[in-house]
Amino acid sequence: MDHRIYLDNAATTRTDAKVVEAMIPFFGECYGNPSSIYSLGAASKKAMNSAREAIAESLNTTPQEIYFTAGGSESDNWALIAAAEAYESKGRHIITSKIEHHAILHTCDYLKKRGFEITYLDVDADGVIDLEQLKASIRKDTILISIMAANNEIGTIQPIAQIGAIAKERDVLFHTDAVQAYGHIPIDVKACHIDMLSASGHKLHGPKGIGFLYIRQGLKLRSFIHGGSQERKRRAGTENVPAIAGLGTAVKLAFENMDENAKKITAMRDYLIEKIEKEIPYCKLNGHRTERLPNNVNFSFTFIEGESLLIMLDMKGICASSGSACTSGSLDPSHVLLAIGLPHEQAHGSLRLTLSEENTYEELDYTVEAVKEIVAKLRNMSPLYEDFCKKQKG
Amino acid sequence: MYSEKVMDHFTNPRNVGEIEEASGVGTVGNAKCGDIMRMYLDIDENHVIRDCKFKTFGCGAAVATSSMATELVKGKTVQEAMKVTNKAVLEALDGLPPVKVHCSLLAEEAIHAALWDYAQKNGLEIEGLEKPKSDIHEDEEEDEEY
Repeated sequence: MDHRIYLDNAATTRTDAKVVEAMIPFFGECYGNPSSIYSLGAASKKAMNSAREAIAESLNTTPQEIYFTAGGSESDNWALIAAAEAYESKGRHIITSKIEHHAILHTCDYLKKRGFEITYLDVDADGVIDLEQLKASIRKDTILISIMAANNEIGTIQPIAQIGAIAKERDVLFHTDAVQAYGHIPIDVKACHIDMLSASGHKLHGPKGIGFLYIRQGLKLRSFIHGGSQERKRRAGTENVPAIAGLGTAVKLAFENMDENAKKITAMRDYLIEKIEKEIPYCKLNGHRTERLPNNVNFSFTFIEGESLLIMLDMKGICASSGSACTSGSLDPSHVLLAIGLPHEQAHGSLRLTLSEENTYEELDYTVEAVKEIVAKLRNMSPLYEDFCKKQKG
Repeated sequence: MYSEKVMDHFTNPRNVGEIEEASGVGTVGNAKCGDIMRMYLDIDENHVIRDCKFKTFGCGAAVATSSMATELVKGKTVQEAMKVTNKAVLEALDGLPPVKVHCSLLAEEAIHAALWDYAQKNGLEIEGLEKPKSDIHEDEEEDEEY
């Protein structure tokens, strides 16, 4: 196969051609500032309104509750820090989980340094939080629960409706990082009692550098950027109109085709999981088998290290990702894989393959063959595999 | 990210394997930080390294440094092999990205561990050789966030 096989859609997605098309006018003839009075600015304003309406509709909420940001990380930072500051007179206790994205965990570290107390909920072997532990962790001074809708590494979907119900009953704010989930599975912020939700455009074939934060009406959070009156004065600065127009189109496409795409991708996901389990010995599926994102496949291959696997896959034209330390830029493997109880060597040997509707079964077959061949090659040079084989014989 | 030489040694590693009844075997590193290197030495009566094989669990840099280290010690006397430092391995590979430099330390440690095993088995003392550490500790500093 001479073309690239892209299986890293949790990292980013290919910007849809229709999205690019929707953005282009706003780099060209429609360059007006949306805050301007004259008609040149009106086209920009209109595109922004249309995007905001599409997002609001997709979440079952109103456009006034959608605030454009530069992406998921900004949304997470804003939600956590602003909520902590707004409610610190009530208390300084925040509940999150051990498997959150670093945009949440490092923001919690920041708040911790400023006197907030953080409880990190455990997850079970499938990566699901324990609702009883959540209930037991809520105290009088708990002001916020932040639990992701679905995990970026292992794809496990959290019971956000139940979490929301618990938060509402106990009068605690509920934020969810829905960066991986939004546009892939339906989320109703009203039904799930979500107070704040973070999402990003480039995970659903939209442009990079744009996302949004949903803030429930009535929630008094401070402005993220002070200045002009953009985004109801909460995030000042002239809006990134081309990116917002692109995001709007990406959201419309994602929700129009959600059922069809989810069905197609889930079938491909399960095909890939089954084939890997059948073809490659000593592997383990990470994450929940059914309560997982339609596009996520994550395996650990015992006795091998992930970065080596990724480089060799790249040489065969396959783009994938791993939770190994070497790919994270630190010396520790993925905190998510450690939290679900994997020993270090298995966490280092993980492979994440994340699909999109653009993938084909032919690509999946080729990928499984490639993974099988590379895993065998790496095991052949692994001292851990050598020890294992000797133990088997002896 | 990697130099051509690193990629060459990673994709076509030299001397992968085991040596039956090796003169010396050394295993260093740990699974926690994701790198384990095992080196086998076959050493003749004149203390010359006749053959050298390795097995490595680790990233591309770990495999490439193992491969290069075996190439560098082959044919050398044990005393000469002591001069195959991490710097020598790094230079032979045209360098590594800064975050991967610790992998070259592992190669030097693996050589030393295998030589130590050989010296122990034969009641020898090799100048400059110390008992190997059980694993490699990392003291890399992370940038603080404010």
